[in-house]
Amino acid sequence: MSKTLYDKIWENHLVHKQEDGTCLIYVDRHLVHEVTSPQAFEGLRLQKRKVRRPELTLAVPDHNVPTTDRSKGIDDEESRIQVETLRKNCKEFGVELFDVNDKRQGIVHIIGPEQGFTQPGTVIVCGDSHTATHGAFGSLAFGIGTSEVEHVLATQTLIQKKSKNLRINVNGELPKGVTAKDVILKIIGTIGTAGGTGYVVEFAGDVIKKLSMEERMTVCNMTIEAGARAGLIAPDEKTFKYLEGKTMSPKGENWKKALEFWKTLYSDKDCKFDKEVNIKGKDIEPLVTWGTSPQDVSPITGVVPDPANEKNEDRKMAMERSLEYMGLKANTKISDIKIDKIFIGSCTNGRIEDLRLAADLLKGKKISSNVSAMVVPGSGLVKEQAEKEGLDKIFKEAGFEWREPGCSMCLGMNPDQLKPKERCASTSNRNFEGRQGRGGRTHLVSPGMAIAAAINGHLADVRKI
Amino acid sequence: MEKFTNLKSIPSYLSLQNIDTDMIIPKQFLKTIKRTGLGKSLFYEMRYDENGKVIEDFILNKEPYNKSRILLAGKNFGCGSSREHAPWALSDFGIKCVISSSFADIFYNNCFKNGILPIKIEDQTVVELSEYSKRKEEIEIDLEKQEIKYGNKVKKFEVDSFKKKCLIEGLDDIALSLEKTSQIDNFEKNIKENSPWLLKND
Repeated sequence: MSKTLYDKIWENHLVHKQEDGTCLIYVDRHLVHEVTSPQAFEGLRLQKRKVRRPELTLAVPDHNVPTTDRSKGIDDEESRIQVETLRKNCKEFGVELFDVNDKRQGIVHIIGPEQGFTQPGTVIVCGDSHTATHGAFGSLAFGIGTSEVEHVLATQTLIQKKSKNLRINVNGELPKGVTAKDVILKIIGTIGTAGGTGYVVEFAGDVIKKLSMEERMTVCNMTIEAGARAGLIAPDEKTFKYLEGKTMSPKGENWKKALEFWKTLYSDKDCKFDKEVNIKGKDIEPLVTWGTSPQDVSPITGVVPDPANEKNEDRKMAMERSLEYMGLKANTKISDIKIDKIFIGSCTNGRIEDLRLAADLLKGKKISSNVSAMVVPGSGLVKEQAEKEGLDKIFKEAGFEWREPGCSMCLGMNPDQLKPKERCASTSNRNFEGRQGRGGRTHLVSPGMAIAAAINGHLADVRKI
Repeated sequence: MEKFTNLKSIPSYLSLQNIDTDMIIPKQFLKTIKRTGLGKSLFYEMRYDENGKVIEDFILNKEPYNKSRILLAGKNFGCGSSREHAPWALSDFGIKCVISSSFADIFYNNCFKNGILPIKIEDQTVVELSEYSKRKEEIEIDLEKQEIKYGNKVKKFEVDSFKKKCLIEGLDDIALSLEKTSQIDNFEKNIKENSPWLLKND
């Protein structure tokens, strides 16, 4: 019988199936960070349980870490305790840790691929909803809660029921100035923030095939913003090339065996998806969000929508609430929206290609006098590479701050936060109320669009730089 | 895990759609290393102003809703971050059942691990039930029979049989999975033979 890529990975990981369809599936790779793991390790201790396969788990502090000089430790007491707790737990249970001052430290979803910890055909989990990022390698990767983190640590498995199959085809070609971030924002805007609930998404089509590995990660990263826990892309030559020689990638004979297996990871030609969505690449423009849900997208050439035109009462109410929170009036031109802050970074757009693209647009220019801007590289290795290429100089000369790696202002658990009513063009993934700081206003954009906003001081079209 | 028993309570109603887990429990409360004590910070930015003063007219701050054990909410409840702090905060506040026309997957799963029953039911029923919230009348949840009882009406709801059993009996699912250790051992033997690159220390 023909199968989808998700069907294949699922079947490969089935340890046990109950009569009611509840399954025990094996987890090949587990990523751990400081925020969603302390209670899980504590649970193990209370029950006198061990970590079944510590070598399949990799830990890193990322959410809480300051992005300013941290050689003297973390000032915030609670953050410091959480990071210290992770350190202590890793030592006690034998889990490998990339600590704060290790140059391999970074955002959990950046370091997995970077190290070759992320591999095709595997099941990868992490107590973080953006785990879908790793699906770019053709792995089944999804976020879990802390109780499930504990379950994986203790058993190397998870109790799951199979999801449905959804394929999203992005066909044709992308117009100039349109990037992977715009592709995923377009998808979320099309199917809605709950459009993928209950599904695992496979991204396919010419546009997806042409994306680089890092661009594919940007697309998969925000699958959760469309409601689906996991989004994946069939691995191909680009995937294999990316992984070859990475520290934790298979070596020698194992590489050959792995490669042979990885080449079988695709959806069979005549397989059936429960749902398919088709999007034309040529219809995608550079996008920004205007509201407080990632589905609230508009082309940069558009205007803030008018709730008065919305027929559904609940939706209308939600739009009105969003506009009030965002301090925006209906029908305002998107490109007239003034910006105070620029944030380039996060597990969505904090990789080297993002920084190269941004620096290339910024070269020789200055940021507007009304904005403050920062770049937070996704990992220590991304930072090192960027500095080797002189990108840090371009950012600094233009007026950007150049920071240490971490999650930073994507969620503002560390001191990098928006003040009430501050407006930010952000390359992150969520524009929820209060996400980047209480009362802070977030417009989600691609790195190129963030640069356009930085130079102009208002949301602006990257194609006009 | 605490066993789920039948509930009777005046429900609280938040009609807003897409209530995300950042809204349920904001980031500053994720720095804890415990599961307890989050109830007072539930829906923090809706319940307290910038100075930390209670916003009197927010529903969960008002009698009798501050004692609600059932929450009715708009669609796609619990979207966004996977933080289990969201169900921990709800539970600590006293809410043991959330009723909505749809839930985000991760949040939905997390509820069951914490003795909370999320009930997915059509929009129309949520609206109907919200009248009971407004009139301050109790509704009743019977998980065994999978029924919501209100006025003289009874509404059936769906729930996964395994999840239901775990809730009613307060089962520790890690212990259940550990009973399958020999199957996990066999599975790993298989990996070792067929996909040796996956097990790092063997």
